Amino acid sequence: MVENRPVLNILTHVVLIVGVAIVAFPVYLAFIASTHDANAFARGLAPMLPGPHMIDNYAQMLTSGLSSAGAPPVWLMLINSTIMALTIAIGKIAISIISAYAIVYFRFPFRLLAFWMIFITLMLPVEVRIMPTFKVVADLGMLNSYAGLTIPLIASATATFLFRQFFLTIPDELMEAARVDGAGPLKFFRDILLPLSRTNIAALFVILFIYGWVQYLWPLLVTTDSRYYTIVMGIKRLAASADADPYWNLVMAAVMLAMLPPVLVIILMQRLFVKGLVETEK
Amino acid sequence: MQTKRTIFPNKLLPYALLAPQLIITIIFFLWPAAQAVKSSFEREDPFGFRTTFIWFQNYTRLFNDPGYLNAAGRTAVFAVGVTLLSMGVSLLLAICVNRLLRSGRLYTTLLVWPYAVAPVVAGILWWFMFNPTIGIVPYLLDAFGYRWNHRVNGNDAMILVIIAASWKQISYNFLFFVAGLQSVPKSLVEAAAMDGAGPFKRFWTIVFPLLSPTTFFLLIVNINYAMFDTFGIIDGTTGGGPAGATNTLVYKVYADGFLGLNIGSSSAQSVLLMLIVIVLTVVQFRWVERRVQY
Repeated sequence: MVENRPVLNILTHVVLIVGVAIVAFPVYLAFIASTHDANAFARGLAPMLPGPHMIDNYAQMLTSGLSSAGAPPVWLMLINSTIMALTIAIGKIAISIISAYAIVYFRFPFRLLAFWMIFITLMLPVEVRIMPTFKVVADLGMLNSYAGLTIPLIASATATFLFRQFFLTIPDELMEAARVDGAGPLKFFRDILLPLSRTNIAALFVILFIYGWVQYLWPLLVTTDSRYYTIVMGIKRLAASADADPYWNLVMAAVMLAMLPPVLVIILMQRLFVKGLVETEK
Repeated sequence: MQTKRTIFPNKLLPYALLAPQLIITIIFFLWPAAQAVKSSFEREDPFGFRTTFIWFQNYTRLFNDPGYLNAAGRTAVFAVGVTLLSMGVSLLLAICVNRLLRSGRLYTTLLVWPYAVAPVVAGILWWFMFNPTIGIVPYLLDAFGYRWNHRVNGNDAMILVIIAASWKQISYNFLFFVAGLQSVPKSLVEAAAMDGAGPFKRFWTIVFPLLSPTTFFLLIVNINYAMFDTFGIIDGTTGGGPAGATNTLVYKVYADGFLGLNIGSSSAQSVLLMLIVIVLTVVQFRWVERRVQY
């Protein structure tokens, strides 16, 4: 800091504390709501202080769900979300790292074309091509399956770019030395490139896991069978019913459970998360 | 395009390595995009028996449709609102954290987690706070004599979705602003302080101009976010209502295609959105190229 200004220092902390409080307040209210019984919401203003029903609410949502809203138990949706997020994250990393390897370490006809085809995926988010993509998935018979939930989201231009940039910074001598020692392309990839990319893979994994977890529109379209509901889309069905019946306590318990896994990932792996975020977007 | 000085001589291996990515790209990206372009020039009869080629009629009809123009206007208001609110708050918080030496890390941890909250969940959290019967905010506003009801009042609904969408984006903008502020050379700020510039003058004349690459980058990212990644927030809270007051372009593609089953119009809207994404992406990349040459 350039000079010491006590008033400005206090102001800094005040602004930050107010900022943190505003950011956290909606989640605080949701948590409070999840610790009451349904009657607490019949009397006007929602409660501001914790109630005694936290364990009942969470136990009910985890094991049996809210059958009147047509949503399965939350544990099932959490498992589906985990499968979806892990498959998308691992799948994206796997296919991106090998395509970046092909683009950087080989020279072959149509290399530039392949690069541009991958680049184009960056420009076509699911939201703008929902109808035709849905039709392709339906024609392939992939509705209501984990394959339908994950494979259409697995191509990744950003991950390919990140690995390409990283491979370009690896000294050529490494590869020359490996070739002199008689290592083929697959051995070089497995024994040298993969270990060197470990930090990048981990950082990317955090970002992509969250990307997979928060998907909403796509699961909403391809799953009609409640066995394949993910937690994020299941919550919408719960909330839609909450407006009619005051089951806010149960809805908010599900909301808390839906937020917990990705938020924990970010807080526990903050360093990797920041690295992944800043580098994938550059 | 760059490769290594020495390369592997294999002829077929690179194709095998690229195959998974390219097959998925063709089946789930290029083919559907081509289909969208094709059906945007067609009209399907209500029973799906016949499709007729109608040139640009779907497009001309869109530009004459008050509903579509309304959605475009609403999207603009929404995107500008989210971008200004979210970037303004994030910049303020980032400046504060940048002033601190040790406690900055703790505040950062407390501010980054909303990134992990799904848009639809963010929508529901704020929807609960603004709920006209039990929410805290309408209760407080009532004390000032304002009857909040986003189910009836379009402006209330718009404010609700702007706040929810901005809340979720704060952590992202915050991290980039902090990174940008840390790359401002300390010597410049110190020199200005020696010359007698106070903290506010130093910010506006030195730090803010040097931050402009970050600000411009975030501007594009935020517009992109507000236009395409906020489907969940709209669907989780207002569902485009009341009376289309929060009907954004992306939401309308979904509503017309899946709920209204108007394939031709929905495809034409998709194509227009793709054009917008392409423009935004090109702007973003041109900027990245320019920054690299510094």
